[in-house]
Amino acid sequence: MRTARVKYNGIIQTAIVEEGSLRLADGQLLAEENVEWLPPLEPRTVFALGLNYADHARELEFKAPESPLIFLKGRNTFVGHRGQTPRPNGVAFMHYACELTVVIGREGKHIRPEQAYDYVAGYTIANDYAIRDYLENYYRPNLRVKSRDNTTPLGPWLVDVADIPNPLNLYLRTYVNGKLTQEGNTRDMIFDISYLIAYLSEFMTLAPGDIILTGTPEGLVDVQPGDEVVCEIEGIGRLINTIVKE
Amino acid sequence: MIDPNLFKTGGSAEQSPISGLVYGPLLNDQDSIEWLGDKLLTAPYKALPKAPILYIKPYNTHVGHGAIVYLPSGVAELEVGSTLGLVFGERASQVSEERALEAVAGYTVVIDLSAPHQSLFRPPIKEKCFDRACPIGPRLVNKAELPDPDSVIITTFINDEVQHQRNLANLVRPIPRLIADVTEFLTLYPGDVLMVGVPVNMPFARAGDRVGVEISGIGRLECLIDSTS
Repeated sequence: MRTARVKYNGIIQTAIVEEGSLRLADGQLLAEENVEWLPPLEPRTVFALGLNYADHARELEFKAPESPLIFLKGRNTFVGHRGQTPRPNGVAFMHYACELTVVIGREGKHIRPEQAYDYVAGYTIANDYAIRDYLENYYRPNLRVKSRDNTTPLGPWLVDVADIPNPLNLYLRTYVNGKLTQEGNTRDMIFDISYLIAYLSEFMTLAPGDIILTGTPEGLVDVQPGDEVVCEIEGIGRLINTIVKE
Repeated sequence: MIDPNLFKTGGSAEQSPISGLVYGPLLNDQDSIEWLGDKLLTAPYKALPKAPILYIKPYNTHVGHGAIVYLPSGVAELEVGSTLGLVFGERASQVSEERALEAVAGYTVVIDLSAPHQSLFRPPIKEKCFDRACPIGPRLVNKAELPDPDSVIITTFINDEVQHQRNLANLVRPIPRLIADVTEFLTLYPGDVLMVGVPVNMPFARAGDRVGVEISGIGRLECLIDSTS
């Protein structure tokens, strides 16, 4: 099942996705253009991976890491499907990042890798935009790069874990104004979903609503105001975002 | 292994008094910048920090006054990051320095506990985000009760002996400037806490130590360090 959070007639509500349309609780069926889309959940703790695809690490001229490079995002950064993300004035390089996002559905600590999927509620897509100009060599990548207001699109909806039996063989693609600019497959993840859940839960209790953005493959391109950026993951859907001037 | 019933407190040890997220700035005092000196100008850092470098203490780290904090596996001591916490009562987004305090509802004590680590290059997730790594309390003080938050004295006790004391006279970003520079890109929400900052060279606490952080005008926040069962 696919569930979305939308605002319609001023009311925030959950909707069920039926062939690209949205079924509200009162029975109405709406087209996706006729609602305001919110992130499919309000995330609790947000983990994101850097350098988690072997090809992407090469693109940024780093050696692939020996332990996962994890950073956190705050509450401020999420924007829903069909939203707008500001590009700060005067920066040289702002790029997208299409990421399979795992949503935790059960509390747990010391989770063994073979049990990891018992703790997964489902999946969604994140676009982990970054403003590379703001990178500094402290706590890198820092929140000024990766936790900016409205700079992490999340959506379009949440897909139940049971609907994606193999999350480690999904195509990821990004299109800028209709042109394919990024392509990869989740099988190229360096630290996979089971590993990450086991690694994090070794020292932290994970809880429902925690999410893990699992990294992005190669193909990062600068985006400019007016660009429409679509992040697509096989089996989930297409997350649309438009860049606007700050 | 210390019997948890021996450590009696008022208030709720399991429940932090705040509902939002806790953010903090790295190296927000001049003494720390000077102490680290040339190290910050060489690899991997290669320059002093320009914009505020923030970190997050996520929800699993939040506990209240009187909590027992268990050492993570393989860690023998924790750095005690004593600091003042600014508690937000209103949404704060791109606020000016002049109006920055309007969004602050009050103040509390925060103990930012960390497993020892030298490098500041990557986000210290394992070191700073283990369960209970952020006691908060012992109470929230209204802004009106503490009209000069930058004049507080922060005293760190271990087993009732003073191990550290500081004031907020030499912040890189004083409180209104810190709020303005953070909210320029990151909106803070009611219930969120922004720590004022932790200096380098804070004391360490080991299993069995009772840690107390007292801030003038607020009170003393305590926790007990224990090894994992």
